[in-house]
Amino acid sequence: MTSNNKLFGVLVPVISVIIGLLAGAVIMLLSGHNPVEGYAALWAGAFGDSYTIGETIRRTTPLILTGLAVAFAFKTGLFNIGAEGQVIVGWLAAVWVGLAIDAPMIIHLPLAILAGAAAGGLWGFLPGLLKAKLGVHEVIITIMMNYIALFVTNEIIRNVLTEQETTTGTIADTASLASDWLQSITFYSRVHYGILIALFAAFIMWFIIERTTYGYELKSVGFNSHASNYAGMNVSKNIILSMVIGGAFAGLAGAMEGLGTYGTISVMSGFTNLGFDGIAVALLGSNNAFGVVLAGLLFGVLKEGAGEMPTAAGVPTELVDIIIALIIFFVASSYIIRWALLRFKKEGK
Amino acid sequence: MFEALQSIIPTVLFYSAPLILTALGGVFSERSGVVNIGLEGLMVIGAFVGIVFNLTFVDVFGAWTPWVSIVVAMAVGAIFSLIHAVASITFYANQVVSGVAINMLALGIGVYLTKVWYGKGQTDMVERPFYTTDIPVLEHIPFLGPLFFEGIYVTSYIAIILAFVAWYVLYKTPFGLRLRAVGEHPMAADTNGIKVERMRYIAVLLSGALGGLGGAVFALTIASNFSHATIVGQGFMALAAVIFGKWHPLGAMGAALFFGLAQSLSVVSAGIPVLADIPQVILLIAPYLLTILALAGFIGRADAPRANGVPYIKGSR
Repeated sequence: MTSNNKLFGVLVPVISVIIGLLAGAVIMLLSGHNPVEGYAALWAGAFGDSYTIGETIRRTTPLILTGLAVAFAFKTGLFNIGAEGQVIVGWLAAVWVGLAIDAPMIIHLPLAILAGAAAGGLWGFLPGLLKAKLGVHEVIITIMMNYIALFVTNEIIRNVLTEQETTTGTIADTASLASDWLQSITFYSRVHYGILIALFAAFIMWFIIERTTYGYELKSVGFNSHASNYAGMNVSKNIILSMVIGGAFAGLAGAMEGLGTYGTISVMSGFTNLGFDGIAVALLGSNNAFGVVLAGLLFGVLKEGAGEMPTAAGVPTELVDIIIALIIFFVASSYIIRWALLRFKKEGK
Repeated sequence: MFEALQSIIPTVLFYSAPLILTALGGVFSERSGVVNIGLEGLMVIGAFVGIVFNLTFVDVFGAWTPWVSIVVAMAVGAIFSLIHAVASITFYANQVVSGVAINMLALGIGVYLTKVWYGKGQTDMVERPFYTTDIPVLEHIPFLGPLFFEGIYVTSYIAIILAFVAWYVLYKTPFGLRLRAVGEHPMAADTNGIKVERMRYIAVLLSGALGGLGGAVFALTIASNFSHATIVGQGFMALAAVIFGKWHPLGAMGAALFFGLAQSLSVVSAGIPVLADIPQVILLIAPYLLTILALAGFIGRADAPRANGVPYIKGSR
């Protein structure tokens, strides 16, 4: 039975992605485009030359981190829809430190990265606290926190970091993750060292969850909080810890954008969507650190490749959003895929 | 003072109408036990359909175009919400995940089709949106007439009337009792012969219709065209209104009116001396902050329907 479950754990996401891509092809056909051209353009947009490969890696970096943010909280049975807001405050805090402090790189860069993680963690702390102490559902609180993050950050950019401007100045070189070497081998794409941080974060998550007693408690609370309480674990502490660590991952994603990709932060009219995409990444990656890396890479490829579709095949980039949404539906409705697979197996015998 | 009120009240009604309609949809869905994070997406679809239908058929329907448009948007919204219903009721999908997917899908489809049909990121402006009118007879009431019945969108009053209809349906009819029973204790309801899945399907379709209506009303009164930035957060604000209003139709209406007030204050505050001093950001985050406070129990306890978010699997305990 367990081997069956593991098999399903791999098969369901793979089948979902395949159906999602097929559905995308059907949509292209229906709207009068050539799906082969469309997907060829997508491939070229993601892997066509060293520049696009660099950009694909850049785009994958924050997706892995927000995926980890959602997946980590999910291990404790919590739904972190607030990754979006945590990304924004992490981005703001990292850039703020990058702008305001004058220090050698060995201090400045880690400080800026940690500031991002701390801000994200703080943004996860409140929903965790309310959940742990008052039993308030974290989904609603995190959605509300997203908007508060968005509006407050815009206000700070306009009135604190600048004087009524929409973009801050560029951070000091000592806080930057950008790399001349990486840029030179990828034909001046915006790829930066953040990918190493994202992969390291995935390792950290795997290590905490699988190799420490903290992780054991977090998972245990997720499976059955009453039993965990009875066994002497501090359920409240674990819920808060899970949201804080999840928030810190999302804050890091924001720091990657601020310190690596852009070097600035601008007033946002809407969300970055990194957090919402993180939900998709976590779901597709089965909330497992390794799975999240793969899923983050897949979505990074899809999103980066989409940029080439309008010019090369006349297909609007939103096709990729539709495909991703459909993939989420299929993974979420995995009950029906499992049912179909079991049915298939029985008839095969 | 009178003039200040005269500028605020119509603006409040104007901003609240889409929120009220969408929040009512949320109330139906959540009362039946299906969490609907997808309200935002349903509004997007409603706005998209309302605008596209209006642009396409303006020559056919003439002055009636906006009315026909919102009815069509309701129908398409209901059909679109079927996806959420099938995933979360029949396939036992995680309802929050399905709702998130609805939001992504709606925006993806809306903007994709806009680009395919219009060749650019946004549609043209509609020729026949809703216009403000004076309500006959009532506008002549002294004092109240000019405040509430002059230069008003009829859709605002339709929203308020629908809130009372929703209250009547939910609390005074057998159908409403069944719907609420399904959301509180589906097993008990099932034992009493209520078809749990059917009730939930109806509730989700109602939320789709009302969400679609809300989006279309927003598009045809406030935005006048459709792009990726037409609906940004109104659906989530409606969701906040559902919770702030304690899952009650009239409560949700009150909350939506209050959020509408907060929004309109951030628009008109510059002209009113006392309000001009309040930083705009406070007014912008007020609805969300208040919802958190309400949930934390500072403003009366807000308890969700017991079975909200839990798929009903026959025979399981």
